[in-house]
Amino acid sequence: MIPGHFTYHRPASMADAIKLLSDLGEEARPLAGGHSLIPMMKLRLATPEHLIDLHAVEGLKGIRQEGDNIVIGAMTTQHELLASDVIASSLPILRETALLIADPQVRYRGTIGGNVANGDPGNDMPALMMTLGATYRLEGPDGVREEAAGDFYQGAYFTSLEPGEILTAVSVPAQPPGHGYAYEKLKRKIGDYATAAAAVVLTMSGGKVATCSIGLTNLSETPLLAEDAARAVIGTVLDDASLKRAAEAAITIMSPAGDGRGPVEYRKHVGGIMVERALKRAAARAA
Amino acid sequence: MATQAKKTQVSMKVNGVEVDGLVEPRTLLVHFIRENLQLTGTHIGCETTHCGACTVDIDGLSVKSCTMFAVQADGSEITTIEGIANADGTLSALQEGFRQMHGLQCGFCTPGMITRAHRLLQENPDPTEEEIRFGIAGNLCRCTGYQNIVRAIQYAAAKINGTEFQEAAE
Repeated sequence: MIPGHFTYHRPASMADAIKLLSDLGEEARPLAGGHSLIPMMKLRLATPEHLIDLHAVEGLKGIRQEGDNIVIGAMTTQHELLASDVIASSLPILRETALLIADPQVRYRGTIGGNVANGDPGNDMPALMMTLGATYRLEGPDGVREEAAGDFYQGAYFTSLEPGEILTAVSVPAQPPGHGYAYEKLKRKIGDYATAAAAVVLTMSGGKVATCSIGLTNLSETPLLAEDAARAVIGTVLDDASLKRAAEAAITIMSPAGDGRGPVEYRKHVGGIMVERALKRAAARAA
Repeated sequence: MATQAKKTQVSMKVNGVEVDGLVEPRTLLVHFIRENLQLTGTHIGCETTHCGACTVDIDGLSVKSCTMFAVQADGSEITTIEGIANADGTLSALQEGFRQMHGLQCGFCTPGMITRAHRLLQENPDPTEEEIRFGIAGNLCRCTGYQNIVRAIQYAAAKINGTEFQEAAE
């Protein structure tokens, strides 16, 4: 399979990349790790006339602490996330999730920016970013803006990115010491997209859930924040009844596609189970 | 419809040799390696980034060369299966392991398996069985059931580390 013809651009600065993207218009696409876009180009599901490769752009890689936030450059690969001590100590759920994405070769090339900006409902990082309250840095011809992950996703492959804008960094609030976390992903085989997945971060106080946030992957056209489900467990000791209430509240907002990963009812059912498992495992980890 | 794009000059070091060529931007790295360089040990399997038969080592990373454009590899250092043997032409520890442990049947996945395992052992010279299985998760084999591939990599790790290879009980 050979992609269609395109012109290749390799800008060295973000200003040049944005200018190219603005000038070339709708037929231009930024290229990050390429592990979603290149397969789609080979299948001719994507036929951009211009590719703007971001690999040579200065300053798009790296993980740094900025106040209470961990800021991750968009071109940081999943492999680099896994190798980062900052991520391992401050955002361990990011590490747990990255380990469940695709396979080693894909993680060497695939980037966090591409994962969150592509708008693919199957990608794992978007729901996690919503769960963690992350914001995205978007740079375009009119300047820089920050957008909450929760406001970014509008439909499958449809985000609030404006023409000419590039997602350049992800900013994630460092989670408090002693927080519990878990990313539960059901997949048909290693490397697959989720049949259903749930992200949980929570804190416990006196044996009860004090704060909780729950995100859902691949259970709708966009990642979902299961707010009612999280409310259902706050103040409880996570007994079976409250776990069940959380799963039911989460299932209410799921609208997965029926596809090779299973019919709708099945995917909602296992989606509820992922929520229960993630809650239990997160609570067991919380101090 | 885009018109035919202009060809671009690329140069890279492949298995220690400086090479160059003219490619269209859409030329995938695997096609450049197989067709321009005539290094046909790197295989094309699924073409959809799943099977890993096209795995090569680029600047110290295992990459599926069907999912990267040749223009992106300009200036890089690449090792393909043809560059894995020892300098004197004898089999590397991994190649010997695959031979001794019957780590292949049809052989189609083997170049990708060995180039991937090569990088895995650089990063983790003494992997557990679980780490090996996780580390080669991006390479599919439809013959062996993986048992003997895992043994082959264990054999190579033991040989490189100068330790005794303990064959797992059946």
